[in-house]
Amino acid sequence: MTPSVLRLTAAELGARIAAGELTAVEAAQAHLDQIGRVDGDVRAFLHTDAEWSLAQARAVDARLAAGEQLGPLAGVPIAVKDIFCTAGVPTTCASRILEGWRPPYDATVIERVRAAGLVMIGKTNMDEFAMGSSTENSAFQTTGNPWALDRIPGGSGGGSAAALAAFEAPLALGTDTGGSIRQPAAVTATVGVKPTYGGTSRYGVIAMASSLDQPGPCARTVLDAALLHAVMGGHDPMDSTSIDAPVPPVVAAARSGEVRGLRIGVVRELGGEGYAPGVEQRFHEALDVLADLGAEIVEVSCPHFRYGLGAYYLIMPSEVSSNLARFDAMRYGLRVGDDGTASVVEVMRATRGAGFGAEVKRRIIIGTYALSSGYYDAYYGSAQKVRRLIAQDFDAAWERVDVLVSPATPTTAFRKGERIADPLAMYMSDLCTIPSNMAGNASASFPCGLAPEDGLPVGFQVMAPVLADDRLYRVGAALERALAERWGGPLLDRLADGAAGTYLGVATAEGN
Amino acid sequence: MALSPSEVARLAALARIDLTEEELAELAPQLDVILDAVAEVSRVAGPDVVPMSHALPLTNVFRPDVVRPSLPVEAVLAGAPAAEDGRFRVPRVLDEEA
Repeated sequence: MTPSVLRLTAAELGARIAAGELTAVEAAQAHLDQIGRVDGDVRAFLHTDAEWSLAQARAVDARLAAGEQLGPLAGVPIAVKDIFCTAGVPTTCASRILEGWRPPYDATVIERVRAAGLVMIGKTNMDEFAMGSSTENSAFQTTGNPWALDRIPGGSGGGSAAALAAFEAPLALGTDTGGSIRQPAAVTATVGVKPTYGGTSRYGVIAMASSLDQPGPCARTVLDAALLHAVMGGHDPMDSTSIDAPVPPVVAAARSGEVRGLRIGVVRELGGEGYAPGVEQRFHEALDVLADLGAEIVEVSCPHFRYGLGAYYLIMPSEVSSNLARFDAMRYGLRVGDDGTASVVEVMRATRGAGFGAEVKRRIIIGTYALSSGYYDAYYGSAQKVRRLIAQDFDAAWERVDVLVSPATPTTAFRKGERIADPLAMYMSDLCTIPSNMAGNASASFPCGLAPEDGLPVGFQVMAPVLADDRLYRVGAALERALAERWGGPLLDRLADGAAGTYLGVATAEGN
Repeated sequence: MALSPSEVARLAALARIDLTEEELAELAPQLDVILDAVAEVSRVAGPDVVPMSHALPLTNVFRPDVVRPSLPVEAVLAGAPAAEDGRFRVPRVLDEEA
């Protein structure tokens, strides 16, 4: 029974649980068993606690047995990026400075996930404080890409994406500041959505760059992502940047998948030099699929996107240097060097020197520099102007098209270690995803094939205007259906039923 | 633009981060490369472009000024590195010798 349960979509799993064919406890146990079986190889999880998960599952079963009407995802297991505060459960942001910390409260997104009857199955690995594109900046472990374990699973949410691709969970939570949901989704053949800024609550999410951070859904299918988006989203009075508007009709869009007449703009600047041939090939094939379905494809120029990476690497570190000042060794987390004679400043310096990893230190120092007097206008001020120009490029594009598209990341998953000594090369992973964080619009990555040169997944990025998140799902669902028809099933079936995925133990009889 | 190890040390002190000599030697050239790469940002926009600090046009959000339950003291102090008498215990704040 186990492989078939693990291969179910979240929607199917929820339907079986609602129909009484399966209990939430059985679903949780099947996924805990899978984690036990494969996570020694994948290393997607920083923390699991079977008793914690099974207690949640028993509570859901009891609520269902009592006749309570829960949503379509009741009883479905979910993996949680370790950036979300979970009351009483270790939350480290993959940093030594928070090792062993147990938050006294739940993030709003966690409260909503609990209320909808989802069962948290564990906390997933990430780059420390979400700074990175490979999950190699975790203070605790590196995570393998389930397609090839010596490759990176993307970052910063590599653990959440890897957990999905390894069938350790059908749903996961992520956060996206410059691509941390979309780039991991792209390199693992999963679905990742960055909602419109303000569309999901940041309350209880450990902050990296507050004007850019946005929680979002990670899943194996477009409908599953939409169902989770609907649970997560909506106004939260605890987040002053939360939008007081209804969640866009994402589930209906995911069920529809109608793209006839939709105007799709291909961003001219996000392609060409620096993009892998197989990435470009699969991207253009996907465009042809959408054209065949009746979408209108046009080329659009966004001339300031090329400066996005530079502006991002000034704005984000500036916000980082401010946000991470809270890790001061006084109220929670690590404290080093408190020998009874050292001053508070000495203890702070020693603690932050010992508790932060190299990339976190790099970014705090760049931010401190960019914000320092004499450099503020040249760096932070200029970057904010470029941010305006990028937003204006988007606004001009929305006059002509309904969505913009590009590859989600320029290459497929690179090898672990390959970019760790070269921060700039690592930063290039986010070239295509950053503009949407700068402007705050909705954006997603959907699987669009395997690059012929290395057999690794390629992601198709869709960008939509602010509060038009439903358009992402419309395009994603259209692609998913047409490509599955062409391939004879979802892309992840090739991993699950293929030789490379034998270790996952989820092959179906037909696959064998 | 070249950052010397001593300038990096000064920035690290401002950011309250102790760095080892090895970290300083490694960070200075890395920060140079990054700052070079972002330098073009200062040449893109003219004086007429209005800086954008946030994705949304934000306004202040207010709630009624009423007392609401807060976390119990024990729950807040449970994560503290050191606590005493229901308060956070911190190292000495003043610099002068006792």
